[in-house]
Amino acid sequence: MSSVLNNFGDDTICAIATAMSDAGIGIIRVSGKRAVEICDEIYVSPKGVHTLTEHKPNTIKYGFIVDDSKSEENKIIDEVMVSFMKGPHSYTREDVIEINSHGGMLVMNQILQLLLDKGCRLAEPGEFTKRAFLNGRIDLTKAEAIMDLISAQNNFALESSREQLRGSVYKKIKSIREKILYQMAFIESALDDPENYDLTGFPEKLDEIINGLSKEIGQLLSSADEGKIRKDGIKTVIVGKPNAGKSSLLNALTGDERAIVTDIAGTTRDIIEETVRLGDIVLHVIDTAGIRNTDDIIEKIGVDKAKEKVQEADLVLYILDSTSELDEEDKGIISLCHNKKTIVLLNKDDLQDDIKITDDIVRMHFSDSKDDTLPIIRTSMLKGNGLEDLKDAVSKLFLNGDIVPKQELYITNLRHKDLLKKSYDSLQLVKQSIELGLTEDFFTVDLTNAYAFLGEIIGEEVGDDLVEEIFSKFCMGK
Amino acid sequence: MTEIREKIDVAVIGAGHAGCEAALACARLGLETVIFTMSADNIAFMPCNPHIGGSSKGHLVREIDALGGEMGKNIDKTFLQSKMLNTSKGPAVHSLRCQADKMEYSKAMKKVLENQKNLTIKQAEVSEILFEEATEEEKKSGYHNTIVGVKIFSGIIYEAKTVILCTGTYLKSRCLTGEAITYSGPNGLQPSNLLSDSLIKAGIELRRFKTGTPARMDGNSIDYSKMSEQFGDTPVIPFSFDTDAKTIQKEQVSCWLTYTNEKTHEIIRDNIHRSPIYAGIIEGIGPRYCPSIEDKVVKFPDHERHQVFVEPEGTFTNEMYIDGMSSSLPEDVQLAMYRTVPGLENCKIVKSAYAIEYDCLCPGQLSPYLEIKNVKGLFSAGQFNGSSGYEEAAAQGLYAGINAAMQIFEKPYLEIDRSEGYIGVLVDDLVTKENLEPYRMMTSRAEYRLLLRQDNADIRLRKKGYEVGLIDEDRYNKLVAKIDAIDKEVERLKKTTVGANARIQKFMEDHGSSTLKTATSLAELICRPEFDYESLAEIDSERCELPKDVIEQVEITIRYEGYIQRQERQVEQFKKLEKRLIPDDINYDDVSSLRLEARQKLEKFRPKNIGQASRIGGVNPADVSVLIIYLDSINRGNNDEN
Repeated sequence: MSSVLNNFGDDTICAIATAMSDAGIGIIRVSGKRAVEICDEIYVSPKGVHTLTEHKPNTIKYGFIVDDSKSEENKIIDEVMVSFMKGPHSYTREDVIEINSHGGMLVMNQILQLLLDKGCRLAEPGEFTKRAFLNGRIDLTKAEAIMDLISAQNNFALESSREQLRGSVYKKIKSIREKILYQMAFIESALDDPENYDLTGFPEKLDEIINGLSKEIGQLLSSADEGKIRKDGIKTVIVGKPNAGKSSLLNALTGDERAIVTDIAGTTRDIIEETVRLGDIVLHVIDTAGIRNTDDIIEKIGVDKAKEKVQEADLVLYILDSTSELDEEDKGIISLCHNKKTIVLLNKDDLQDDIKITDDIVRMHFSDSKDDTLPIIRTSMLKGNGLEDLKDAVSKLFLNGDIVPKQELYITNLRHKDLLKKSYDSLQLVKQSIELGLTEDFFTVDLTNAYAFLGEIIGEEVGDDLVEEIFSKFCMGK
Repeated sequence: MTEIREKIDVAVIGAGHAGCEAALACARLGLETVIFTMSADNIAFMPCNPHIGGSSKGHLVREIDALGGEMGKNIDKTFLQSKMLNTSKGPAVHSLRCQADKMEYSKAMKKVLENQKNLTIKQAEVSEILFEEATEEEKKSGYHNTIVGVKIFSGIIYEAKTVILCTGTYLKSRCLTGEAITYSGPNGLQPSNLLSDSLIKAGIELRRFKTGTPARMDGNSIDYSKMSEQFGDTPVIPFSFDTDAKTIQKEQVSCWLTYTNEKTHEIIRDNIHRSPIYAGIIEGIGPRYCPSIEDKVVKFPDHERHQVFVEPEGTFTNEMYIDGMSSSLPEDVQLAMYRTVPGLENCKIVKSAYAIEYDCLCPGQLSPYLEIKNVKGLFSAGQFNGSSGYEEAAAQGLYAGINAAMQIFEKPYLEIDRSEGYIGVLVDDLVTKENLEPYRMMTSRAEYRLLLRQDNADIRLRKKGYEVGLIDEDRYNKLVAKIDAIDKEVERLKKTTVGANARIQKFMEDHGSSTLKTATSLAELICRPEFDYESLAEIDSERCELPKDVIEQVEITIRYEGYIQRQERQVEQFKKLEKRLIPDDINYDDVSSLRLEARQKLEKFRPKNIGQASRIGGVNPADVSVLIIYLDSINRGNNDEN
C-alpha cells in the first residue's frame, strides 16, 4: 500500500496541475482542510493585505504571491489569479485553492516550495483523484477512468476513458444489474409470499430474460477485446525469408529508416520494435531476423527469437517475395502462422513479369489451417504500393472493418472484462439449473453472483480485494 | 415496611416465548434466575396465531433446539397437526410448521419452568430497573450505566448481575378495534405501564410499534362443508433433534381453507376510513409482512381473493383462529366482512380482531450480543427489540440468555453470524438495521440459505450449544457420530462405481434412466432426478443400514454439491469483511472523508466489523471503502510504531 495512506485525508496537498513545461501559464492546485489558511499566508491582495480567508467560494481574485522571509523589495514572487472552491463543491470535495501563475517553471517551483514550507505536502501522483474518490465525489469506475485517461495512448483510449468518465459503463452495468435484481426480488417475494406471487411458467420466462442479459454482457465482452485493441494496440510481428522486404515494410509503416535495408540477405539481426499508427489503431510492430535455416550463430539467435515473438503476437504480417518460388523455409514459416491472425503480403508486385507466387498457391499452402478469408495483399515496398490495403485488412481482421471509433461504449479495462466474464458464466449456470429442472430457490445462488460481479465493476459491491486493487492502481503513479 | 432485598444472578422480565428461553438457558447454566410475569397462568402464551414454525420460522425453531432451547421440544409435546411446507421446492426452503394446542403449550412450558433447578417464577409487575453509573473501566467499553437489579411494584428489590427484558407487547400497550380503544395487554391481560419510564431514565430510547390479530370464531357457527380440509403429514417429523419420531405419531386435527371475495373487499374498501391505521389513530408502525386484511386489499387491488385458513386454537375450546384476516376495523365492519367468506356466513365472533400498540426499543441500541449498549448487564429479547413472532422471540431469548450468562461467567459471548444460522441473520438485522416496522423472519433475509437449512441446524449449531454448556456430552457425541457417518457415506458413494454391464443397463432402463456409457459412480447416479438413495439399493451391494437423517444429508450433499460449493465461496467473501474488526474506541469524526450521513449512522450503530458496517442503511459501498482504507492506515501506523 502507498505511503499516501499515512496522515489519511488530514493533510493538505499541493501540486503543479498543468503540464511540466515552460509554457507561460500554469496552475498550482492545493487541496485539504488547511488549503485556505496556508495559501493565505503566501497570498496578498493588490493592497498588500492577507485577505484570502475572506474570499467568497467560487470566486477568482487578483493578487501577489509573497515570501515573507525575504526583504521587502524581493518579497513578491509572482503576480497571480487565485480561485477558491469550497468543499464539498470542489473536485476533491475538500477546500481547493488554485493559483494561476504566469511566471514559468522556475517561479511555479518557488511557489510550490513556499506551500511546502507552510505545511502542505506534495501530492502523490493521482492523489487529487484519489481524494475525490474517497470523498465520494466520483465512483470507482470514474476513478479508474481518470487513471486510464491520464495514461491514454491514443485518441480512442482517450475517448473511451472520457466515455467511461461520463458514466456510460456505469449506466450500462447498472441497467443490467437492475434487471437481474428484479428477477431475484421476484423469486424472493414468491418464496416469502407464495399466495400473492405465482411462479408458474417462471423458469421459462427467466431463461429468456437470461438469454437477453447474456447477449448484453456478451456484447460488452466482445467490445472489451476490441476496446483493448483500440486502447493498447496490436502486437504485430513481421516475418518472412531474408530479403523479402520485412525491413522495407517496417520503414514504410514508420516512415523512417531505422532498420538497415540492404540487398544482402540477412542484414537484420536484432529485433526492432516500433509503434505504428494505422488509422486509429496502434500496431506495436516487431521486425524479425529473416527466418531461414542458418548456421550463422548470430543470425540463429535472431531466428529463434523471431519464432518466440510469433507465438506472443496478436497479428503476423507474413511478407513474401512474389518473384521466388515457395520453398521449404516458407512452409516452415507457414506452420509458424498456424492459429495466428495472419496477413500475407506478396511483395515485389512491381516486377510483374517475374511473379511466381499467386494467391491460390498461398491459399493452398495455408489450406490446412486457414480458410478463404486469409487476407492476401499485393505490395511493392519499392513503390510504396499496398499500404492502404493493409490498413483495411487489419481493421477488417480486428475491428470488423470499422476503423473509426464507434459511438457505443467499450470496455477497455481488464478488471471489468474479467468480472463481466464471471457474471456471464454465472448466468449460464442459472440457465443450467433451469435446464436441470431445479426449483427457483437454486437460481438465486448464481443470480446473486452474477449481480455481485457486476457490482464490483461499478463499485456498488464492497469487496475487500476490490479496495486493495484500486489502491494498487493508485500507487502505480498514474 | 422494611425493605426486602433478594440476591439473585439473573432477572428475566416477562415469561413469553423470549423470557422462557432466556430464563431456562440461565438456570440450566447454573445461575440463580427469577422470571417475572404479569400472570403466572399465561406463561408462553400465544396471543396471536396458533402455530409454531412455518417458512423460515421453522428454521429458527430447529436452531433453537440445536443450541439447547426448549421451543422445539415443547411443540413436539403439544402439537395438533404437523406439516412440512414447501416440499415442492428445494431443501433450503422446506420448513416445518405445527398447529399448537395453545393451552397445552402454555401448560407444558410452565411445567418445564417450574421443574427447572435454579429457576423461580414470580408473578409481579417489574416497575423499575435499578442501575448505577458505570465504572471508569466499563465506560471505556462504551457503557454509561451498570445494571444492579430490578424493583417490583410491591417494592421488593431483586439484586441481579444481569437483567433480561422480554416485555413483549405489554409496555404501555393499548388495543384498538376500530374506534374502541382499551388500555390493556394482549387478550385483555394487564399492561405494564411503569417500566417504560424507568428505562428512559436509564438512557434507553423507546418507540411505538403495532401488531394485530384476527378474530376468533365460535367453531359451531362455521360451515366447514364450504371449505377445503387441510390435513397434516404422516408420518410426523419432530421439531426437536432429540424427540424420537415414534413417540409423537398421533391422530391429527385438520385446518380449513377458504377465500375472501370481491364482496369482502368491497366492504373493506367502503369502511377503510374507519380503520385506526388508515384514519391515523395508530401511531405505531405495523409489520408489512404480516399484513392485515385491509392492508392486503389496498396493496393488491387486482387480486380477486385472498386465502383464509381456519385453524383450531386447541382441544380445550371451540374457538377457531381466522388466519389471513387480521384487522383493526370496527366490530360491525368485521362481522360483515367475515360473513362474506364462504363457510363463515353465519359466524359468531367470540373475540374480535384487534390491533395492539406498545413501547419497544429504538434501533441502534443493541450490541451483537443483544445487550443494551448503554447499560452493562441489561439484555433484551423478543418484541421489545422490535421483532414479531413467537419463534423470533424465542431465538432472541435463548441468545440473550446465553450471553447474559456468559457475561457473568466472564466467558466469550456466543456469536452466530449470517452464514451460520437464521438466528445470526435475525440478530444482525436487529442490530444493524433501522427496522421501521416489526421485524419478521423470512427466507429471503438469509443470503446463504442453501447452507442454512432446517435439516442441518444440528450440524451447524449443536457444537456451539455444547460449548456454552446447554448441550450435554451424550447428545453432542451423537452429533459427532452422525457427521462422521454422513462424511463416510458420501465418500463411499463417490468412490463406488458400477460398470456398464447388462445387469446395470437393465436397471437403468427399468427406472427410465439413460444407460451408462462408462463406469459411473453411485454419487453421479444420485444426481439424476429419477434416482434417490433408496432406489439405488439394488445395485449398491456394500451399503450398510443408515438412519434416515444421515441418508437425507448424504443425498443433499451429493445432489447440490456445486451449489453448496458456490454458496460457500460467497460465505468466504462475506467472512473476509466480518473479520475486519473496527476498534471499539473508533472516533468517526477522525474519518473526515466519510459522508455526513454515513458518519452519523456509524456513530449510532457502532458496528463491530466492516461487514456489519456495510449492512447499515445509509452507509454505502464508497463509505465502506473509505472505512477499510482508514482502518488500514491506522493499522499501518500501529505496525510502524512497533
